[in-house]
Amino acid sequence: MSELLTGARIVAAHALRESLRRRVFFVVLGLTLAFGGLYAWGVHELFSDIDEFNGNGFLDAETLAGATILGLAMFGTLFLGVILAVFLTLNAVRGDAERGLLQPVIVRPLGRGAYLLGRWAAAAAVSASYVVVVFFGGVLLTKLFGGYTPDSVIVPALELAGAVAIISALALLGSIVLGTTANGVAVLMVFGAGLLVGLLGSIGDALDSGTLSDVANVASWVLPFEGLYRDALFQLVSGAVSEGGVTGALVQLGPLGGSHDNHALFPLFCVGYALVVGALALAAFRRRDL
Amino acid sequence: MSDLHVEGLVKRYGSHTALHGVDLEVGEGELVGLLGPNGAGKSTLTKIACGLVRATEGTVTVAGHPAGSRAARAAQGYLAELFRFPGWATADEVLVLHQQLTGSEKGAGERADLLGLVGLSDARERKVEEMSKGMQQRLGIAQALVGEPRLLLLDEPTSALDPAGRRTVRDLLVEVQGRGVAVMLNTHLLSEVELVCDRVVIIDHGAVVTSGRTAELVRPRGVEVETAAGRRVIEGAGRAEAPRIVAELVAAGEQVFGVQVLSSTLEDVYLDAVGERESTRSSG
Ligand SMILES: Nc1ncnc2c1ncn2[C@@H]1O[C@H](COP(=O)(O)OP(=O)(O)OP(=O)(O)O)[C@@H](O)[C@H]1O
Ligand SMILES: [Mg+2]
Repeated sequence: MSELLTGARIVAAHALRESLRRRVFFVVLGLTLAFGGLYAWGVHELFSDIDEFNGNGFLDAETLAGATILGLAMFGTLFLGVILAVFLTLNAVRGDAERGLLQPVIVRPLGRGAYLLGRWAAAAAVSASYVVVVFFGGVLLTKLFGGYTPDSVIVPALELAGAVAIISALALLGSIVLGTTANGVAVLMVFGAGLLVGLLGSIGDALDSGTLSDVANVASWVLPFEGLYRDALFQLVSGAVSEGGVTGALVQLGPLGGSHDNHALFPLFCVGYALVVGALALAAFRRRDL
Repeated sequence: MSDLHVEGLVKRYGSHTALHGVDLEVGEGELVGLLGPNGAGKSTLTKIACGLVRATEGTVTVAGHPAGSRAARAAQGYLAELFRFPGWATADEVLVLHQQLTGSEKGAGERADLLGLVGLSDARERKVEEMSKGMQQRLGIAQALVGEPRLLLLDEPTSALDPAGRRTVRDLLVEVQGRGVAVMLNTHLLSEVELVCDRVVIIDHGAVVTSGRTAELVRPRGVEVETAAGRRVIEGAGRAEAPRIVAELVAAGEQVFGVQVLSSTLEDVYLDAVGERESTRSSG
């Protein structure tokens, strides 16, 4: 066990050093600051328009605007975090083997399990820290420039972190069977499809279409990053939803994939899911000739 | 106990059989040359020995441990035919990584020693992406030696090296052999093998076609004499028979203008073994 962890730590440290040297973090930081600036400006404009709008008592315009724009920011955060997670893992096995980078490392005593664990840990740690920091940044900007505070921040942050950790595991699994480009395309399409199904589900909820909601619920279990994202959206506005009314219904519809609360055991399921993906990846990697 | 033991090794890639029951032995501290035409299965054999590729049938052990096991991997050093190190890393950083991976605690001393051995002392701080292919190959050999392996598996380690670089590697092989390291050297450069290898194994189409001690394979092929009637070769004769042959010819009244003992080079042995002597002759 300690050998596994030692090997994984060496591999993870090497992967992180590579990202630093390749200026990945530098680029990500620059683009994120630009994203934050645009977001702050957007929030400011939105809330100054809302001041002139009176919801006739039916609608809590501030909650609706705040939840919508923060939900959008959450989508953007998740999207950027997923891109980061995918690019840090997409060539971990086959891509690196084709370039001849993997063989010198894998013939060393550390073992294939430690290699996978190290690559996953590096990508998950980077992308999870990224989404947490950016999400808190988004919450802070929304409060500063719009005066809106969501109902919950800790749980959604953890759920976003879990979602990118799961995406890292899926991309790592994909990297064993697919080459770099094919794997990148595949993982991003799975991610997109998951969100699309979530959106369909929220339309289903609104229209009372049982079939659509069922499809979305199944998708949340098959692709749990989607379930985590929808629950994170729900957590933002859980107070408004439970108060009900027009505001409650509208915020639940949410931007880009409606909010939806999960089963109480869902977090546990996500951990199990990641372990199964890891076990599949190890089995596939062990069988692979390099 | 031999450092590499291969018995009945079969490897199939789908329906294609790359190795058909190969037996091979690299004794302790022995330097064995593995020769064979393109596609013969040399790299496949080497990759199975170091645990990158799984055998279909047969047994392979490294220092007594099953190939690919942790203990086997701890006992071996490997340089792949096609390999790359991260372009952003310096030569020293590549070796640091491999010291961590092998658990070597010899620190900067070992790294300086290895870089010196391959003639890269001046390139310690140079990034891999700024190195020539030959420098990268030298670094690859140094990397394979990190952690004092018992068995070194080298897959065409000199393919990108200039003549001086090849000589450096030959000297290095003799040097590491002196330290008790066994080596399996996979190469197309017969002169290299002839100069340093104790034993040679030639494989073709996935099977061993010839093997033996280098000195025994490279043996006399005959004595060539030049008389008034022209040149002719007395097949099978060696140096010891030359005086008798000349005496007999003179006794028979012939004039002898020259006599030469012919020995077959490793190239002759190789071309005979892989059955390309005739085709090479007729096309050349
Ligand atoms: N991954 C693979 N999938 C299918 N066939 C393979 C694979 N790797 C090698 N082969 C086949 O196995 C045979 C042996 O290949 P190998 O690379 O071991 O040859 P080699 O002796 O090292 O040749 P070279 O001198 O060109 O390096 C070849 O016929 C090759 O086409
Ligand atoms: Mg080869």
